[in-house]
Amino acid sequence: MKLDLVLKELHRAENELGHLLLRLSERHKADHETYHVARDLAVWCQDHVRLLAEAGDAYGLSLDPSPAGEPGPVERVREKAAEWLGRRPEPGLLLLADLRHLYRTASGVSLDWELLAQAAQGARRRGLLELAGRCHPQTLRQLRWAEARLKESATQVLVS
Amino acid sequence: MPQVDRIAEPWGTRTPYGPGDPWPVRVDAFLEAGLREQDVERWVQSASILHSNGDAMDIAVRAGRVVGVRGRAADRVNHGRLDPKDLYGWQAGNAADRLTRPLVREGGRLVESDWDTAMERVTGRLKELLAEQGPSAAGFYTTGQLFLEEYYTLALIAHGGIGTNHVDGNTRLCTATAAAALKESFGCDGQPGSYTDVDHADVIALYGHNVAETQSVLWSRVLDRLAGPNPPALVCVDPRETEVARAAAVHLAPRPGTNVALMNGLLHEIVANGWTDEAYLRDHVVGFEELRERVANWPAEEAARVCDVPVADLREAARLIGTAERLLSTVLQGFYQSHQATAAAVQVNNVHLVRGMLGRPGCGVLQMNGQPTAQNTRECGADGDLPGFRNWANDAHVQDLARVWNIDPLDIPHYSPPTHAMQMFRYAEEGSIRFLYVIGTNPAVSLPELRRVRSILRREGLFLVVQDIFLSETAQLADVVLPAATWGEKTGTFTNADRTVHLSDKAVEPPGEARPDLDIFLDLARRLDLRDKDGAPLVKWHDAEGAFEGWKECSRGRPCDYSGLTYDRLRGGSGVQWPCDDEHPDGTERLYAGGRFFSDPACCEDYGRDLVTGAPLSGTEYRALNPDGKAIIKAAEYVPPHEQPGEEFPLWLTTGRTLYHFHTRTKTGRTPQLRRAAPEPWAELSPGEAARNGLAEGDLVEIATPRGSVRARLRVTGMRDGVVFLPFHYGYWDEPGGSGPEDGESGRAANELTLTDWDPVSKQPIFKTAAARVTLVKAGDGEPSPAPTTGASRPAAPGVPPTEGGRAALAEEGDAA
Repeated sequence: MKLDLVLKELHRAENELGHLLLRLSERHKADHETYHVARDLAVWCQDHVRLLAEAGDAYGLSLDPSPAGEPGPVERVREKAAEWLGRRPEPGLLLLADLRHLYRTASGVSLDWELLAQAAQGARRRGLLELAGRCHPQTLRQLRWAEARLKESATQVLVS
Repeated sequence: MPQVDRIAEPWGTRTPYGPGDPWPVRVDAFLEAGLREQDVERWVQSASILHSNGDAMDIAVRAGRVVGVRGRAADRVNHGRLDPKDLYGWQAGNAADRLTRPLVREGGRLVESDWDTAMERVTGRLKELLAEQGPSAAGFYTTGQLFLEEYYTLALIAHGGIGTNHVDGNTRLCTATAAAALKESFGCDGQPGSYTDVDHADVIALYGHNVAETQSVLWSRVLDRLAGPNPPALVCVDPRETEVARAAAVHLAPRPGTNVALMNGLLHEIVANGWTDEAYLRDHVVGFEELRERVANWPAEEAARVCDVPVADLREAARLIGTAERLLSTVLQGFYQSHQATAAAVQVNNVHLVRGMLGRPGCGVLQMNGQPTAQNTRECGADGDLPGFRNWANDAHVQDLARVWNIDPLDIPHYSPPTHAMQMFRYAEEGSIRFLYVIGTNPAVSLPELRRVRSILRREGLFLVVQDIFLSETAQLADVVLPAATWGEKTGTFTNADRTVHLSDKAVEPPGEARPDLDIFLDLARRLDLRDKDGAPLVKWHDAEGAFEGWKECSRGRPCDYSGLTYDRLRGGSGVQWPCDDEHPDGTERLYAGGRFFSDPACCEDYGRDLVTGAPLSGTEYRALNPDGKAIIKAAEYVPPHEQPGEEFPLWLTTGRTLYHFHTRTKTGRTPQLRRAAPEPWAELSPGEAARNGLAEGDLVEIATPRGSVRARLRVTGMRDGVVFLPFHYGYWDEPGGSGPEDGESGRAANELTLTDWDPVSKQPIFKTAAARVTLVKAGDGEPSPAPTTGASRPAAPGVPPTEGGRAALAEEGDAA
C-alpha cells in the first residue's frame, strides 16, 4: 500500500498550488480579475491541505493542516511594486508566463487526485474516494480558469 | 385636467385595478410654461431613453423646437404614464451649452473645428495604428442610449470592418449581469417575462431592484395593484429602506455582498418544504440535483446568520415565494453591481425553474436593464456578444454572421470572448489600446476608481475620441470631440427590458452642426473605405430605416427575430415585443411557454461559464450538460466579498441612484425641476450608525476608502446599520474642477471611492461592496441635507421639509387622449 505516498505528494502539491495562486495574485495586482479570482481559488487549496492533513492521520502521516499561505511583509512590498509596475506594458508577457506555470502545476495536482482516486478505489477506501470526489472537481476548475485566462489574455499580448 | 407636482408626487395619482384586469390609462403631459395643448403644432412618436422602462410618449413640437411631451395612452408599457425624468428631461436638449461644432485638441486645448478636419484626425490616427499594430490597437466604448440602428452599424464597422474584439457599452455597468444570468439559465439573452405580469402576479419579489426610483412608471403599475382588490404581496431584498421596502410584506436587508448566501437560504427552504414542481424539473430542466446538494448546506439559520437578517423574515419570504401561484421576480443593481453578481442573479432564475413559473401570465422573471436601450447593445453586438445573439465560440454562428456581412469569417474576431469595458481600460492603461472611441457615455464619472480612470484617459499614448451632446467630464479629456444629435433629433428604434420595440421619430433639427450618431458612423466607414469581400462598401445602408432592414436580416431566425417588424408597423400604434416574425406576426409576450427554450447546443448564445471562476465552458462540455436544449440550473457556492470592513474602514459603502437623475446627470442636471429636486450629492447613514459616530442630519461628512474621499452632507435614513450610501450621478462638469476634483480637494463623485473589481462571469463592475469610513468635517447648522425626501433617502426623523417642484413642476394627468 502506497496510499501515504500519494497523500503526502498531494499535500505538498496543493500547498504549492495555493502558494502559486497567491503569488500570481500579488504579482498581477493591477490585473484585477486575476488578482481577485486567484485569491478566491487559493482558498480551495487551503481547504484541500487541511482535509488531506486530516486524512493523513489514518496513515501515520502528520501533515501540517495550516496551508503555506499568506504572503509575508517582503512579498507585500513586492505586491505594491507589482501594482505600480502593472501599469506599464511589460507585465502582459509576465502574466502569460505565470498562467502557463499555474496551468501546468494545476495539471499535476489534478493527476495526483486521479492517482488517489484510483488507489482508493482499488483499496476500497471510501473516505479517500469521497475526498477525491470533493476536491478534484475544484482542481479541475482551477485548471480551466488558468487556461481560460491564458486564452483571453494571449492574443492582445502577442499581437500588440 | 388635474395638475400634479410630479417632483413632489413622482408616481402621480393612483388608478387602482384588480388581478387580471387591464391597467387603467392615465395620460401624463408637460408642456413649456405658458403653452397649452392647442399651441402644439405637431406630436411626434417616441419613447423614453432616460431609464429602462421604455415608456412611450409623443414629443410636442412648436416652431422647430421640442416644447413638451405626452404619454402614449395606447402603449402596452406605460398606458400613458410618464416618469418625472421624461416629463421634464427633454428641456436639456434645448440647453445653451449643447455641443454644436466638432472640437480638436490644439496645443493642449480643445478648439472649435469643422467636421472634415475632426473626422480626418480620427480616421487618420486610426489608419496609422491599424497599419502599425492592427485592430488590437482600437477600442470602442459606447452607451446604453443609442438606437438599435446605430449599435448595429457600429458593431458591423468595429467587428466586421476594423476587426477589433474591443467593443463594449456602458450597459456593462448596468445590465451585463442580466444578460449573463439569462444566458446561463436559458442559453439566451432576453427576458422571459412581460411587464403585464404585474397585472396577474400574486407575489412580486424584487431583488436589489429599487423600481420606485429606477423605473417609476412600472412602480406606478405595482402601486395601482396594491391599491386595488386582491393585491399582490411584495418581497423586497435591499439594504436600504426604499419605497419598495416600505410597501413590502417582507423586507430583507442583507449585509452587502451576501446575496448568494441569501438566495441559497431561500432555495433551501423552497426545496426542503417541497414547494418544487417535480414534473417541470423532470421535463424541462437539467442540473437540479447539484442545486439540491448545494442548498442542503444552507439552512435558513445559516443563511440568516451570514446575511444578518432575522431568520423568521427569511422563512416568511421563502414561504411567500414558495407558495405563490403566479410569481413575478425582478432583479437589478442590488444584485448586478454587487459581489457574485451572476451567481446571485442565476439563483433567482433557479427559483422560477424549480417552481415551474415561466411562460404563463404572472409568472415572469425580469432580469432588468439599467439603461434604456441596453437590450439593443446586447442584441446588436455592441456590448460584447456577436450580433443576433450569435455564439462567438460556435464556428457555425461566426460563419453565418460572415455570410450576412459578406466577409471572411476570419475577419470577425472570435478568438476569445469579446473584450469587456473594464478590460479595455486595462489595455489602455498597459498601452496596447491606443485609440479609444467613446460614444454617449462618461467613464470619467461612471467607472470605478476614478483617479485611475482619469489617469488612463489622460494617458499620453492614448488617442481619445468622444462623441456626445455636451462637453462631459470625459469629453474634456478628449483629443477630438464630435457633437451628436440626441433623442428627438434623429430617427431609430429601441427595445426595453421586456423586449418591446419602439420607434422614435425625428421631431426637430439638431443644434448647429451636431449630427445623428448613425451619420457619424456612416461617415467613419466611408472615410476608412471599409469593403466586403466582393469589394462593395461594407455598410450597405445610408439611413436609419436601411440599417433597420439590415438588422432584420441579421436577426432572422435568431431568438431576437425582428424580421416581422417595419417602421410602418411601429408607427401609430404601440410597441411590439420580439421575436416578431412570420410565425409571430404580433410579437411574443412571454418566452419559454411550454418549457421550450433557445438553449439547444446548436442555437444557444453562450455555452455558459463557471459561476466562481468565470471560465467559459467549451461546446463539448455544454453538449454533455444539456444535449436536449433544456433550461439549466446552476448551483453557486458563496464566496465572501473581496474587500471587507475592518478597523480603518469599518463601514460598507454602497452606491445607487436617485429618482430625479439619470446616468451622470448629463441631461437631468440641465433640467431645472430635476436639478432642484436633487441638487447635490449626499451621504446616508442609519439612525443607529449616525448616533454611534456622533453625526446628525445635515452634517458635512467625508467618506473615504483606500482609493479616495468624497464630501457630502448627511441624510439619516431608515437604512441598515453598518452601511453608508452615496448616489452615483454627480460629477464635475458643473464644478470648478471640470473633469475631476480640484487639486488636493475631496471629490463628489461616488466612484472616487469604489474599487476596481468585477464579477468574473458578467464582467460587471462591483459598485456596491467596498470598505469605507465616515468622519465629520463640519457640524450642520440645522439645515438638512439636500437629499430628496421622496424615495429611499426619505429622512428617518421629522423636520426636513418635503421635496417639492412648485409651480414649475405642475404636470397634467388626463384620461385617454
